[in-house]
Amino acid sequence: MSPERSPGTVVGIDVGGTFTDLLVVDEHTGQARTAKVPSTRSREAAGFLAGLRSVADPADLAAIVHGTTVGTNALLERAGAPCGLITTAGFRDVLEMRRRDRPATWGLRGEFEPIIPRDLRLEVAERTGSDGSIVQAVDPDEVRAAAEALRAAGAEALVIAFINAYANPANEDAALEAARWPNAFVTTSSGMLSELREFERTSTAALNGYLQPVVGPYLNRLEEDLRADGFGGRFLVVQSNGGVVPSEEAQRFPVRTALSGPSAGVVAAAYTAGAAGEPRVITCDMGGTSFDVALVDDGRAAFAQQASVDFGLVVRTPMVEITTIGAGGGSIARVDAGGLLRIGPESAGSVPGPVCYGRGNDRPTVTDANLVLGRIDAERPLGTGLDRLDVDGAREALREHVGRPLDLDAEEAAAAVVAVANARLAGAIRLISVERGHDPARFALMPFGGAGSLHVGALMREIGCPRALIPRLPGITSALGCVLADLRHDYVHTIATPLELLDAEALAEEMRTTARRGTEALRSTGIAIDGVDVVFEVDMLYRGQSHAVAVPLSAPAAGRPLDRETIARVFAETYEATYGRTLDDVPAIVQTLRTAVTGRRPSIPLSLFAPAADATLAGAERGTRPVWADGAWHDAPVFDRLALPVGASAAGPCVLQQPDTTIFVDAGLVATVDELGNVVMEAAP
Amino acid sequence: MTSGAPSLDPVTLSVLQGRLEQIVNEMDATLYRSAFNPTIAEAHDACHGIYDAHTGETLVQGTSGLPIFVGSMAYAVRYAIERAERDGGPRDGDVYLFNDPYRGATHLNDVKLVRPLFRAGRLICWLASVGHYNDVGGNVPGNYNPGARESHQEGVLIPPVRIMREGVLDEDIVDVLLAIGRSPVNAYGDLSAQLSAVELGASRMQALLDEQGEDRVLAAFGALSDAAERLMRAAVSELPDGRYASEDFLDNDGIDDRPIRVAVELTVAGDRLTLDFAGTDPHCAGPLNISRATASAACYVALKHLFPEVPANAGCMRPVDVLIPDGSLLDAGPPRPVGGYTETILRVIDVIFGAVAQADPARAMGCSYGTINALSLAGERDDGSRWVMFTFFGGGLGGTPDGDGLNHGNAPLSTAVIPPVEVFEAAYPIRFTSWALRPDSGGAGRHRGGLGAIYEIEVLDERAEAFVFGERARHAPRGAAGGGPGAPNRVSWTQDGATVVPELGAKATGIALRRGDRLRIESPGGGGYGDPADRDPARTERDLALGLVTEGTP
Repeated sequence: MSPERSPGTVVGIDVGGTFTDLLVVDEHTGQARTAKVPSTRSREAAGFLAGLRSVADPADLAAIVHGTTVGTNALLERAGAPCGLITTAGFRDVLEMRRRDRPATWGLRGEFEPIIPRDLRLEVAERTGSDGSIVQAVDPDEVRAAAEALRAAGAEALVIAFINAYANPANEDAALEAARWPNAFVTTSSGMLSELREFERTSTAALNGYLQPVVGPYLNRLEEDLRADGFGGRFLVVQSNGGVVPSEEAQRFPVRTALSGPSAGVVAAAYTAGAAGEPRVITCDMGGTSFDVALVDDGRAAFAQQASVDFGLVVRTPMVEITTIGAGGGSIARVDAGGLLRIGPESAGSVPGPVCYGRGNDRPTVTDANLVLGRIDAERPLGTGLDRLDVDGAREALREHVGRPLDLDAEEAAAAVVAVANARLAGAIRLISVERGHDPARFALMPFGGAGSLHVGALMREIGCPRALIPRLPGITSALGCVLADLRHDYVHTIATPLELLDAEALAEEMRTTARRGTEALRSTGIAIDGVDVVFEVDMLYRGQSHAVAVPLSAPAAGRPLDRETIARVFAETYEATYGRTLDDVPAIVQTLRTAVTGRRPSIPLSLFAPAADATLAGAERGTRPVWADGAWHDAPVFDRLALPVGASAAGPCVLQQPDTTIFVDAGLVATVDELGNVVMEAAP
Repeated sequence: MTSGAPSLDPVTLSVLQGRLEQIVNEMDATLYRSAFNPTIAEAHDACHGIYDAHTGETLVQGTSGLPIFVGSMAYAVRYAIERAERDGGPRDGDVYLFNDPYRGATHLNDVKLVRPLFRAGRLICWLASVGHYNDVGGNVPGNYNPGARESHQEGVLIPPVRIMREGVLDEDIVDVLLAIGRSPVNAYGDLSAQLSAVELGASRMQALLDEQGEDRVLAAFGALSDAAERLMRAAVSELPDGRYASEDFLDNDGIDDRPIRVAVELTVAGDRLTLDFAGTDPHCAGPLNISRATASAACYVALKHLFPEVPANAGCMRPVDVLIPDGSLLDAGPPRPVGGYTETILRVIDVIFGAVAQADPARAMGCSYGTINALSLAGERDDGSRWVMFTFFGGGLGGTPDGDGLNHGNAPLSTAVIPPVEVFEAAYPIRFTSWALRPDSGGAGRHRGGLGAIYEIEVLDERAEAFVFGERARHAPRGAAGGGPGAPNRVSWTQDGATVVPELGAKATGIALRRGDRLRIESPGGGGYGDPADRDPARTERDLALGLVTEGTP
């Protein structure tokens, strides 16, 4: 497929909360370099450019692929821009009424602040019927007046969301035209997501408008600075679906990049695992406050169609399914009034941080427990800016807040905290595996992020995973994902027609048109691709049912005609595989067409990162240190992980250290270095 | 309960608690995903749990089940146990099915499946599933019949019968179940999904028992209940000793337009709490009665909202005595109609909140909107086919010590989400003309009550018929600790150009609507919390700027 390909030097850049990681890959020579620089929060561009200049001359680069958390942070911190909404008369409050849910099942407390306040939501007389008929056309003057009022009230972005616009966007399009908004920060609900359900569509469009004035200028500024440095290549951004798009498109639809960085991490994890011969992995990214898990089956990440950023802030767009629980190194341990040990969700974060940071928090955290147990080296405080960690403070806090109420000494209390934390982490993993019908015994665990490798051995046992795979360079996983991520466009089109009334040829034509549109969009990016894949799925269900199954349709892509009988047959097969039966007397409904157009990126040989040929086990030994495991202190060997040769193996309990993480190998487990330098952890023979 | 069993360390116990909750959550997820009827699949009007082998007491609840079922299912399981005793004791692979609302709680739509879990011949526990079926016969589609005078006008009652006998499905019983309602396909899909959920729970429990051993799991059952009991005792101890009385009223029973009193006297004595409903009116002619089991479950829901940190199992009710007078509104037996049980439960929760508010203002909350406004809208399409739309609506929650009440939330007994306008409009010949917050409906207070909503539906076909079952039209949701009431419920419709309101407040049957007529529901807001004079002036100003308040409420 070489005609598609025009190789050059590509840089993946992952801007995280603490560090910015870079990976430079020369697609001509296959050479790669990495760099890590401190992130410069609120002036992200400065850290980004400093990091880039340290490893490459921007003028030499074919493409820069960026995984960003600017959008995520703006959502989490409610730091988006003032945004105005024009909506159908009678429906001003859709965004605020949500789906009638509440923040917690029990307690009845908690308020909700929509991201577009009520005084920036204005109604206009217009109506589209559920069949797409225009019941009442928009009055351009009324729309214009509303837009001017919103502008005068301080709105920087405009969102237009009308009832039933999924069935016919004409009124939204006419309103957009009439509004004559003075900048590019405009979103129509049908342009964002042409799908039934007004709350989810409006919420997604509103969050997009909320992010446009934040993400747009950020990406623009970066690109301008890059151009000023002589960069003449393509500037691309990773989306939440794990695919990349040109910066212009990310600026138009920033809500689709809400999980940019984490999705890139899952892409890289899937790739790394595949190269190591593990097509099925559960990735776990454990940081200071949260634990993110995702499932990769047969080399492909599981997808979700919708997620909540926070209570009532719903984003509906295809994305890598990443499940997050509030448990990380900073999670606080406490004993409740019933005498049960609880971990989190309260977190000490990175400021003030765990007790051992000595910055004012005196309540013990998971990191404090790992420190007291000797699993973290007090003299090597990763990414904290400290010289050393305060072990005595951590021990005292554990004794006071956990040991005393439970009648345990400090080590036992620390072990209890780690055990209960592991149970919570395991729960999150079960949520995405067992609950979805995946048997964990068929999966390997793959930790990345600073803290995950400390817990992975215990998690393997708790969940029943036979192996864990720790990538050679866990810290650059997301940057690697940026370089590897395919170009990807997703399209969603509502059909909502009974199968018996479906015009199959019209559907096939829609599929062909969408595929062409996507393919052209990919080629216009000018970045190297090895080929284009188009995947069509229709969401189908029985009439009266609520949840659809995704039915794969390959015929139009393969150039074969599409007919109702084929659709009926594939639906029946899919339904039976999912629920064990079909309901042949009930009419089937074709709800939605989903099209994914993917431009496959060239692969990167991970052997680039493999251990040096002259490495030796003896050269990696770094003495021993006391580590608490299974109720006793052990004098555990410590190794420099990156200095270990291929084939080296170390029996637990032992510790493998490297600059971006610490791996703890429990007793009864053995860690082996594979051909690519990954550490494979499994039960000792 | 724990005698003879090994004692567990707190760490193992926390791990086992997580594993057991996970099993129940998986049962919930299985039913939601594969159920047919949107009340289960979309609105999650369902619940699962693990129950004591001998007493039927709740041992473990998940985190996703509907609150009222969390409280009521122990009664259903106890009923199944009694029935099994009559059959000579439970047998492995039996599954009991029933919807009896008197012994099994709630109303006829809620179909319960109860299954014993055996291991090597030893009964370990019971598993149960409950879900709200679309239709179980009776006079009104969807079964919310405000004019019902006996249970038979609400639907068909099924006593506990074995739908599975030692692992074999009884197709005869399936046929009966499908024949009684207006939505047989839904019923078949829902039943299959419930059976899958119960089977999944059984296989997950067996796997856990394989791994952990019977003794440890049984010890965990006991220890978790003991922990919940300790937490509840600790919470009750924080309330000052004393007697606190509270009463409130239902508008009417759907037949006679007279208010119905619901009263409680709450007594705190050390770490014990008594809820005595002695002042409550006798049973009524219409469907506002509830069974003793339902009333006890309502108490459980109220206490869980007041003390959310206490885990959901039987242990938390050990320090609580619930006294319900014989023959009262809260002690309905067959064939008294109980279809409007949601409304009475909400009033029971309101009076308990009212009593606790006197004991401890820090635990006080304004009343929530207090009615689900169940609506059935039915008709014939122009092509002659029949359609039935059933839904219920949201309203404002009460102000709390933490802040204002939530705008447009769900009632305390539920977590069901509301289907979108576009789904209704795509499915039925109707058009919504309003789906908006209701300004000025939140009760005044230092923390204002949440706003109710204005829903208005226009009929697009030649004719349609509506049934509305609501409350709080005459007796508005109250405030707490000096807060004012929320706006009362208001139901109305247009007929021949005139606006009509129901004679019975918010209840009406057989409303005849024609093309272009509109039905309007203005749901109540929540009660306020604290003296309105103490409200932060900035918040008052903001309410005015946002149009949430228009009259300059102090």
